[in-house]
Amino acid sequence: MISKRNKYIGEILALLLGLVWISPFYLMLVNAFKSKREIFTDVLGLPEGFQTKNFVEAFIDLDFINSLLNSVIVTGLSIAVIVFFSSMAGYALARNKSKLSAMILLLFVGAMLIPFQSVMIPLVALFGKVEMLNRFGLIFMYLGFGSSLSIFLYHGAMTGISRSLDEAATIDGANKFQTFRHIIFPLLKPISMTVGILNVIWIWNDYLLPSLVLSESNATIPLKMFYFFGQYTKQWHLALAGLTIAIIPVIIGYFLAQRQIIAGVAEGALK
Amino acid sequence: MKNRDLAFWLFLTPVLLGLGLVVIVPLIYGTIYSFTDWNGLTANKFIGFDHYIKLLQDEGFLNSIWFTIKFSVVTVFLLNFFGLALALLVTRKLKSSNLLRTVFFMPNLIGGLILGFIWQFIFVSVFDDAGKLLGIEGLQGWLSTTTTGFWGLVILTVWQMAGYIMIIYIAYLQNIPTELIESSKIDGANSFQRFKSITFPLVAPAFTVSMFLTLSTSFKMYDQNLSLTGGGPFESTQMVAMNIVKTAFGANEMAYGQAKAVIFFIIVAVISLTQVYYNKKREVDM
Repeated sequence: MISKRNKYIGEILALLLGLVWISPFYLMLVNAFKSKREIFTDVLGLPEGFQTKNFVEAFIDLDFINSLLNSVIVTGLSIAVIVFFSSMAGYALARNKSKLSAMILLLFVGAMLIPFQSVMIPLVALFGKVEMLNRFGLIFMYLGFGSSLSIFLYHGAMTGISRSLDEAATIDGANKFQTFRHIIFPLLKPISMTVGILNVIWIWNDYLLPSLVLSESNATIPLKMFYFFGQYTKQWHLALAGLTIAIIPVIIGYFLAQRQIIAGVAEGALK
Repeated sequence: MKNRDLAFWLFLTPVLLGLGLVVIVPLIYGTIYSFTDWNGLTANKFIGFDHYIKLLQDEGFLNSIWFTIKFSVVTVFLLNFFGLALALLVTRKLKSSNLLRTVFFMPNLIGGLILGFIWQFIFVSVFDDAGKLLGIEGLQGWLSTTTTGFWGLVILTVWQMAGYIMIIYIAYLQNIPTELIESSKIDGANSFQRFKSITFPLVAPAFTVSMFLTLSTSFKMYDQNLSLTGGGPFESTQMVAMNIVKTAFGANEMAYGQAKAVIFFIIVAVISLTQVYYNKKREVDM
């Protein structure tokens, strides 16, 4: 039996661990409000005066509205493309029981073993040759890298959707695309959420691929953050304010869709 | 849908084009180019295994492989330990369970690049200050040596990913039938015996999933490496991914960088396949 006292001690220890866990964010936030001199003399204490101008300066130097917009465009369009095309492919592969279909699925699953760094050099060279080192090229690359896991998840989810639905739609005169668009795709909504969440986490935070593909004017948040940080290595007050600004969109998203995110991640990892 | 149906192929065309042009074609081209004097634009002649012989004597590259292996082994071990520990903690009936779950998982959603910068501040400024305050010399000069750089990367990665591994273990823990736990309590098993004989064997399959994930993630790590240590001091904390990037895009040795990338691919593929095979076998045996 666990006594009441033990239970309280357990509760308190767990909360302390939680506090330790978020302390890096706390230290970032607190020091982002300090002046340059204050960070040198006292890192651990609370700020004397709240230097909100750190944030103003960092916001301007990060060109934050523009970077945020770039991130939203790249991530949003990539997710739309991945969800749309992967669900179609997962449907087609699940409804074709031939050996060829199984082989194609295996090809996609097997491609997950190929690390990005093994193909990035020729990839950048090839896309450079056809002048596709831009946002369109980047979104297409995300389709190439992201479709494997997504197709695998959609293919798995298709087993729960009865073929009689397809047949009924065909009898009613729907073609294959209409059947998919109006009958199957809506039923795949839960797995589309999972696919969307997993890909958002990855693409939103990705640094290496955009750094090889995008020009500075199209820089996404991580990319811009890298340039920004290089400028302010000795000026932690500005660097920390910039880092705080950069993670705000993620924190907002997390609070809005916490349950779905955790469920989606669990599902993606366990399949 | 049949193989000869137009619809089947139309549905597959976009993703086949994507995978083909983004992954398969570059992999094939890259492998061929690694045997030439390719400079990123043109390749003039085949030079056989020259690049591969060169990389066997490239100390920087060999060091980065060794560093990556050490890092991955330590990280995988610690991640699974912390992941399981956190999962056991938040599945106890604590009032703060949901809040803690949210907190532990949060670092996963933020990019490795940004987290690396935050931890650079923690290790360099906060550790230094705390060291002075508490009189602990070991807290000073972090990231300026190979050892502290190594442990810095380990701490960052474990902190970032433990919440993710926790989620995987939670899913398995919740699948354990409560009757099993109840009846063992009635039989007089203490909590350690319960963990050893019931919980542990039933969450063992979670190792398959989480070891695969953690091993491949830590092996391919780049962002955290770049933002936390930048590979320094003197490239001693450089991991394989960074070594490849620097060879190709820093020193502009495209074909040589690609030869390294091919070796990297082989290592990652062998590790992943061995892991999947071994874990599947063990699951069946149990």
